[in-house]
Amino acid sequence: MTDPTDPTGRIESARMGVRDLMSESIAGIFARPARTALTVLGTVLGIGALVATLGVARTAGNQIVGRFDELAATSVVVTNDQGFFGGDTRVAIPADAAERISRLNGVVAAGSFGSVDVAGALVRSVPIPDPLAQTEFQMTVYAASPGLLDAVRGELRTGRFFDTGHSQRGDHVAVLGPGAAQRLNITRVDQQPVIFIGEEVFVVTGIIEDVLRQPGLLNAVIIPEGTARANYEFSSASTVQIDVEVGAASLIAGQAAVAVYPDQPGLLEVQKPPEPEDLRRDVEGDVNALFLVLGAVSLLVGAIGIANVTLVSVLERVGEIGLRRALGAARRHIAAQFLVESTTMGLIGGVIGASFGVLLIVTISATRTWTPVLDPWMPIGAPLLGAVTGLLAGLYPAVRASRLEPVEALRAI
Amino acid sequence: MRKPMKRALMAEPPVVELRSVQRRFSAGDVTVEALVDANLVIERGDYVAVVGPSGSGKSTMLNLVGLLDRPTDGIYLFDGIDTNELSEGQRAWLRSRGIGFVFQSFHLLSHRSVLENVLLSTIYNGMPRAGRIPAAEEALNRVGLGHRIDFSPTSLSGGERQRVAIARAIVTRPALLLCDEPTGNLDSSTGESVLSLFDELRAGGLTLIVVTHDDAVSLHADRVVHMRDGRVETAA
Repeated sequence: MTDPTDPTGRIESARMGVRDLMSESIAGIFARPARTALTVLGTVLGIGALVATLGVARTAGNQIVGRFDELAATSVVVTNDQGFFGGDTRVAIPADAAERISRLNGVVAAGSFGSVDVAGALVRSVPIPDPLAQTEFQMTVYAASPGLLDAVRGELRTGRFFDTGHSQRGDHVAVLGPGAAQRLNITRVDQQPVIFIGEEVFVVTGIIEDVLRQPGLLNAVIIPEGTARANYEFSSASTVQIDVEVGAASLIAGQAAVAVYPDQPGLLEVQKPPEPEDLRRDVEGDVNALFLVLGAVSLLVGAIGIANVTLVSVLERVGEIGLRRALGAARRHIAAQFLVESTTMGLIGGVIGASFGVLLIVTISATRTWTPVLDPWMPIGAPLLGAVTGLLAGLYPAVRASRLEPVEALRAI
Repeated sequence: MRKPMKRALMAEPPVVELRSVQRRFSAGDVTVEALVDANLVIERGDYVAVVGPSGSGKSTMLNLVGLLDRPTDGIYLFDGIDTNELSEGQRAWLRSRGIGFVFQSFHLLSHRSVLENVLLSTIYNGMPRAGRIPAAEEALNRVGLGHRIDFSPTSLSGGERQRVAIARAIVTRPALLLCDEPTGNLDSSTGESVLSLFDELRAGGLTLIVVTHDDAVSLHADRVVHMRDGRVETAA
């Protein structure tokens, strides 16, 4: 050590070790633990809100994409429905539309169907002599192409679905949805039960167990398109249901309308599943935009809290600042001490806030049986953001503290 | 303080030398001459009491001597070094090594222990970490508070607090101890114990400047400097 009493000795500039700076700052923070805790709370809320927002948005987005399942991803529907105002431009879907679409590469199955106008005719089965039971029902009658069952991923409980031959010959055969079969009291087809639509007789060839798409079929009587055309002036199917291979939905959606209506594909409405990436982005965007603002506001409030308390602390500790200056602290040492104090408070707030945020994400996920998803930078970035907040919040108070004149500062008690 | 003794043969410079120092404070249109043409020489080992009425410039002079303030005009040589040439950082460095301060209101940190309060000086002084606690304990023993090391300053009496402050001032072994009304907040008997501590320190070779209203202090000092209206009237 240079002897300060030696006039020829070199006079250095004041120094302060980093460890001393840290320990002095931390002692300053813990001198008033209750106040520090309340100050830190603002940052905890801000960082916690940000972490929870980002995490929940990410988790929910992931969840929606997960729920966006194979069934929906492989379904493309073509309709001639032009929407609410589209009545005049409704076009007929050709009889062989399903067949044409089936030839597209990537299509697993395609089937068209449309409701048949039976002019109010009621449906009944062979009457059972029970005067109290209702025997005639108003039922939806659909005309369908033979491929429809596969296209809606349907299963038969019993019997068989009609085929192209039935349709071409205009055979009077029908397949019943489970709801319709129950009302008509038909449970088996091995004895070829018949139903009446008005006065027309239809042989029931099969009963559907379930369909995964187009649930409207479950309560309907389904007859071949050819039969419907021959007997009920059925002109056109209204809907073509297409089952596509996974990943082919967008491609088929682009090609289906052209295949059905090469000259005016725009007249048809094509419903395709949304792209997974778009969906996730949309969800995250919606959630983030709202809550990120909330998180940022709470963080700002936290920063103002730190700035305020650090400033109060500077004003309260004027005497201490004067003393430290007298003991040989340079201005920059005073500034550094208050900056480290506010930064540490921000860092503590960030760590606690990030922990709470992660905990919240996990809790929400657990209650919803979701898979929590967290960006890897979050547990590191959030405390850093807290520290930066504390650093910025401490700038002004630290400069104020360092500008105090030691003489003035020592006079204040 | 062993070293200065050895060098006494080498015609060393006085610890403090003020050459027609002036300190003027101006606030707006009002200008106050707090110190007018002050000349003062304090040799190593001197015990000087500075007395005078309030507003006579005692504290201003103490702040200048303690390098907490700069003269408006004139030259201040601290141990032969022209302090006007020094930067703020260098002045802080000199304060941490050459000067100890004792204040009327003690200026102890209430939330730190007695030992930590004394250690505060060593932080800015560049003392190696390993030597700090032994030095602080030695300083506390010197002021007779070796048994109070882990106490909080708030649990101590006024006289004990002032002795902690003195331990803090001497732990870095400064050449000069500056005391601003050190007995001002103490009753006469505890004040007397602080003054006898000063006598001991002075016997150990420390140079003391004590600003005071207290006549008892003047009796202990070798020399009394009277101040009035910013002028040094007697510098015997």
